[in-house]
Amino acid sequence: MIELVSDPGWELLEELNIETEFDIVKARQSVRQYAKDAGMGIVDQTRITTAVSELFRNMYMYAGGGVVRIQKGMYEGHPALVITCMDNGPGIDDITLAMQDGYTSGQGMGYGLPGAKRLVDDFVLQSEPGQGTSVRVAKWK
Amino acid sequence: MITNERRIPIIKIRDFLIVSIQVDMHDRLALQLQTQILEEIARTHARGVLIDISTLEMVDSFIGRVLSGMASMAAIMDAAVVIVGMQPAVAITLVELGLEMPGVETALNMELGMEMLEKRLESER
Repeated sequence: MIELVSDPGWELLEELNIETEFDIVKARQSVRQYAKDAGMGIVDQTRITTAVSELFRNMYMYAGGGVVRIQKGMYEGHPALVITCMDNGPGIDDITLAMQDGYTSGQGMGYGLPGAKRLVDDFVLQSEPGQGTSVRVAKWK
Repeated sequence: MITNERRIPIIKIRDFLIVSIQVDMHDRLALQLQTQILEEIARTHARGVLIDISTLEMVDSFIGRVLSGMASMAAIMDAAVVIVGMQPAVAITLVELGLEMPGVETALNMELGMEMLEKRLESER
């Protein structure tokens, strides 16, 4: 698993495991609640919830699951919600290709990664073949 | 709310099926609903399906794909699908996500959706 370093100032709100389809639903509902608590409007709540739903499903479908860390804190000077997804899956061979609209390696429609990126304010992806994939997204008001 | 076993009810009124999705669907439930609706079209010879998603807080690419897949499949079975009541935030997010839903007709609410289906049926008579 590729560990993405957290800012020591960030507060850990929740850590969840994605193992089943139910976990995807549970985790995205959690994220929506934290977005609501952070005072985000309905559109931003929907954006971040949809973005993480794509990421959680990727972990479930391609890596058999993974770990989700929900944090809040200052991110590039903004009070933000930071969600980090880490898995032990096969990793992404060609990140540039995976970030292209319409590209999919599996049953997806290829909106997953580039679509999720458009819905958030910052998007960090690290992946190594054989070592897994880690994605961090941040959303602020 | 996460539903495990519960099915989403499908109601038949005249020539149409009415479905109101009121839970945050996990993937298998969405696929199950797709099959259920197609089976109901075959069983009842319904000519149209109204799917109310007004309480859905999120449509991601998977659910979007299930909805548009359902519309294509229903069309082959000579039934039209109208998605009604999509929340503005959901519509905004779907467009930003880049998801296109070809063949999916939409209406603002159930009443307008019903009118759409009735007009379609009348024009065929």
